[in-house]
Amino acid sequence: MKIPLSWLREWVDIDLPTRELASRLTLAGFEVEGCAPAAPPFNGVVVAHLLDAKPHPQADKLRLCQVDAGGAAPLQIVCGAPNARAGLKVALAQVGATLPGDLTIQSAALRGVESQGMLCSARELGLLMSSEGIIELPADAPVGADLRQYLDLDDAILEVSIYPNRGDAMSVQGLAREVSALLRQPARQPGWAAVTVGSLQRHPLSVLAPAAAPRVLTRVVQGIDNTRSTPQWLQERLRRAGLRPISPAVDITNYVMLELGQPLHAYDLAHLQGGLQVRFAQAGEQLELLDGRRITLAADELVIADDSGAIGLAGIMGGLGTAISPQATTVLFESACFTPAAIAGRARRHGLQTDASQRFERGVDPQGQRRAIDRASQLLVQICGGIAGPIVEAATADIDAPRPSLVLRRKQLARLVGTDLPDAAVRAALVSLQMQVEDLAEGWRVTPPSWRFDISIEADLIEEAVRVIGFDQVPEQPARLPQRFRSRPEAQIDERVLLDVLTARGYQEAINYAFCDPVLQQRLLPAQTAVRLLNPIAADLGVMRLSLWPGLLKSALDNQRRQQDRVRLCELGTVFTPGEQGVTETRQVAGVVLGTRLPEQWGTPAQAADFHDLKADAEAIFGLSNRLQDFVFETEALSCLHPGRAARVSRDGQPVGWLGELHPELVHELGFTSAPLLFEFHQQRATEQPLARMAAISRFPQVRRDLSVTLPVATPLSQLRDRVMFLSGPLLRELRIFDVYQGQGIETGRKSVAFGLIFQDNNKTLADDDADRIVALVAADLRSSLDAQLRE
Amino acid sequence: MESLAALTERALNEVVATDDLAQLDEVRVRWLGKKGLLTEQLKALGNLPAAERPAAGQLINVAKARVQEVLDQRLASLQAALLERQLAQGRVDVTLGGRGEQAGGLHPVTRARLRIERLFADIGFTVAQGPEIEDDFHNFTALNVPADHPARAMHDTFYVDPAHAGQGALLRTHTSPVQIRALRAGKPPLAVIAPGRVYRVDSDATHTPMFHQVEGLLVDTDVSFAQLKSVLHGFMEAFFERDLAMRLRPSYFPFTEPSAEVDISCVECGGKGCRLCKQTGWIEVLGCGMVHPQVLASCDVDPERYTGYAFGMGIDRLAMLRYGVNDLRLFFENDLRFLRQFRGG
Repeated sequence: MKIPLSWLREWVDIDLPTRELASRLTLAGFEVEGCAPAAPPFNGVVVAHLLDAKPHPQADKLRLCQVDAGGAAPLQIVCGAPNARAGLKVALAQVGATLPGDLTIQSAALRGVESQGMLCSARELGLLMSSEGIIELPADAPVGADLRQYLDLDDAILEVSIYPNRGDAMSVQGLAREVSALLRQPARQPGWAAVTVGSLQRHPLSVLAPAAAPRVLTRVVQGIDNTRSTPQWLQERLRRAGLRPISPAVDITNYVMLELGQPLHAYDLAHLQGGLQVRFAQAGEQLELLDGRRITLAADELVIADDSGAIGLAGIMGGLGTAISPQATTVLFESACFTPAAIAGRARRHGLQTDASQRFERGVDPQGQRRAIDRASQLLVQICGGIAGPIVEAATADIDAPRPSLVLRRKQLARLVGTDLPDAAVRAALVSLQMQVEDLAEGWRVTPPSWRFDISIEADLIEEAVRVIGFDQVPEQPARLPQRFRSRPEAQIDERVLLDVLTARGYQEAINYAFCDPVLQQRLLPAQTAVRLLNPIAADLGVMRLSLWPGLLKSALDNQRRQQDRVRLCELGTVFTPGEQGVTETRQVAGVVLGTRLPEQWGTPAQAADFHDLKADAEAIFGLSNRLQDFVFETEALSCLHPGRAARVSRDGQPVGWLGELHPELVHELGFTSAPLLFEFHQQRATEQPLARMAAISRFPQVRRDLSVTLPVATPLSQLRDRVMFLSGPLLRELRIFDVYQGQGIETGRKSVAFGLIFQDNNKTLADDDADRIVALVAADLRSSLDAQLRE
Repeated sequence: MESLAALTERALNEVVATDDLAQLDEVRVRWLGKKGLLTEQLKALGNLPAAERPAAGQLINVAKARVQEVLDQRLASLQAALLERQLAQGRVDVTLGGRGEQAGGLHPVTRARLRIERLFADIGFTVAQGPEIEDDFHNFTALNVPADHPARAMHDTFYVDPAHAGQGALLRTHTSPVQIRALRAGKPPLAVIAPGRVYRVDSDATHTPMFHQVEGLLVDTDVSFAQLKSVLHGFMEAFFERDLAMRLRPSYFPFTEPSAEVDISCVECGGKGCRLCKQTGWIEVLGCGMVHPQVLASCDVDPERYTGYAFGMGIDRLAMLRYGVNDLRLFFENDLRFLRQFRGG
């Protein structure tokens, strides 16, 4: 909210520099986000009297003006503004003046005629973003006066941020109350002469939804001249508060709203059909708003209606049909208290946010309607003439009932704040906020004023007291935390440990958004359905991720595009899988690898990373579980992976995840210059560690035997491993496959595999015979069970 | 026949003339071996008269010892030379890089998050988690933000297809719902922090639609605002490893009362005023307050018996301040050239 300091000063004395005031407000919860002057810096501009304006002999659109700027002789000024006419009071930038945008005014010849300065528009002085013609000053503006002083353009405009619970402060009056409390200066009520009621004209009013509109006031003012222009001072105040002047009747409603915080609406009575009603809309009812849009109403939307139907969205925006035009002669003012519950959320529904809706959503003073309609009528009659009728009021019986009082306990205050605040300071703080305070033995009985409906419990009073006294007055006190052991399941591997394993293996951790491109995700995982966002920020961030791969692949591509030839990215994050019972959120660990096995270096030939490099990374992760042997890798097809270079991993029958090379089609489609390798695992299943239990260590020597066989190419080595281990029995301590070869010297369709068997007994030294017997058994069995042929 | 002296002289000359260990060994065998020329001399003693034998034998032994000694010296020097040559050939260029993988690193946001978690763990807070797809109740209603409350406009919420996640499902707009879950799951005293991803419909130079927050909650008998100030000030100084001024400004959150925004003295200029702090000397770092009695009551915690404080801060924001990152969006672009700057540790 923007409030000119000059306006605020009308309501409260401020004996502080502006910066200091801004800081005090900020520290009291009204953050001052800016306090710029009413106009950007300029100088050398004075009030001048346009004595004569004649057409320029050489140019159709220019005029030759004689201007009195208070000097000995009139000045000759060339001006292009269509409204430059004799008799006008204008703003003259004299020769030597500096205008916003570092423009310096010099004496210049325009189409052969000397111009001794420039007549300024509001835009040229930085007062408005756009304007037509030159500024027209009031007729009584003193010639020769400095324009900045005359218009008080050094007036600071406070830009104050107001929290949603403080709707009462969204006005000059409201902010003045806060300033008054903070500076301990009495708040003033600038007086105005009450308007004389000169007619008996009343417009029928019926409030059919009194709970939503507990008070509605109307008044007819007839015989006004709305074609007059709004006085400069009022226009200027609106401008400084960020509003554009429209016509006197409309400007006045805005002015009163800014001043008192009570939104008003003015109807052109000539366009009303029958009495004014306040009611809830009928579902489907249509309304054409002031901004020209036609909206369809729902049954929980409060409207102002006449016999023709809805004519305004109550508390939000009026309708086009009954809007005030400059030609209006009879105005019906409406000044209402709508409850926040009846207004909140409705404006957003229609994509609206108006000054009125902001105030009603937060709540207005239920006792402020009469002063507001009085103030508006007084201004209207003063500016546009006319005769005011009596006020018509519809109010619920309890609206003026006193606010319930609250008890503030001294003990509770000290307990919650953590320090003893002096009684006198607490009392003074509450009184400064215009609360009624009665002393009790245990503390105070407090009745907040009608506009402080945000105060409903003791904690609210505590906040108010401490806020006014100052949060800085509460000393810091070291906390005592309860001393307690917490559960730390040893089976859960700390994510930091997992990250350390990955980063030690060259991975750089990435963080992607949890929503991703639905097209890419669908292409990668066509069999799964993703959770859809109803209001995504962009189409390519439209669904929740089912996998970390869409994000990682995109990051890998981005890095490839940035000429990074080797990419190793990992990510720990949540994926979202819809199911019968709603969405399951699972923590996954994933990675993408692009480029060479190792960073380019002198001592190792550059080789593209392949499946088994990735598998080593996977095994390093699974190794955290200390149960690597429980992880089963199976060739399985996942449509986005290369069918021959992908594995599904499971552990004790539970799926853990996938690793493999991106399918060549996708490599091409996505624009990768080499095939990325990918892995993604269920974080817990991949790392969870059963508690380790010691097993006896043998004191006897071990015996090693090596075997070399050929096998059909398609036989997975896991089968060989399983069979050998089964046949060898408990004496086999380790099986190491140390060579796998396929090619020259080996029969086509077969591969050669060499492995070492390490035997050891816990109770005795193994004899060579014992080992040889087992090896012979293994060799014989493999021949029949796996079609193995012994080599050598 | 050659005199012993001449023989000795010849042997010594041969020893000294050797160039390598193999030659030296040949010389040793030739002179001192079982059939060596000097050894043969001893065997020839039998031809001498008995009386001369001891003296002659001693002379031969002296000669042998002399040759052996020179031979040992030669052996030592040849071995030394060999080692020298081997060492000279085995030199490496220590300035060349090491072979193998180079370590990657944590994301700076993770780094900051783990640091925050650790600092709070040190004083007794435990880490709590909650779902990222939340329901309206936990994200708003239980936090004292009823439907249509203007405070909801402060949070531009992503909504999730109700067909999947149920009516009113949304992406949590803050980590505060974890407060509710922690209060409902446990009994006071309760000291938890809840770091995590949060989401708002906002994307510009200073906002990303996903970002990170950490929520803190302490509920016990007699928890006070003064303690909140102390713990936050202590945390900020620990996190930034320097003395900092801190100030609290009254604020509004529906789930705390009183509520405050917390500013610290600018970490760039120390409070003198710079671009980062927009010349104010202060930087806003978090929001906090005393848990609203309504929130406690709705979680079956008696607000007359217990009080609590809560705070929420942006991890990304703290990471930006800590590591001098000037654009929030860099955190989510995963540019290796950016990420690599935060390796190690």
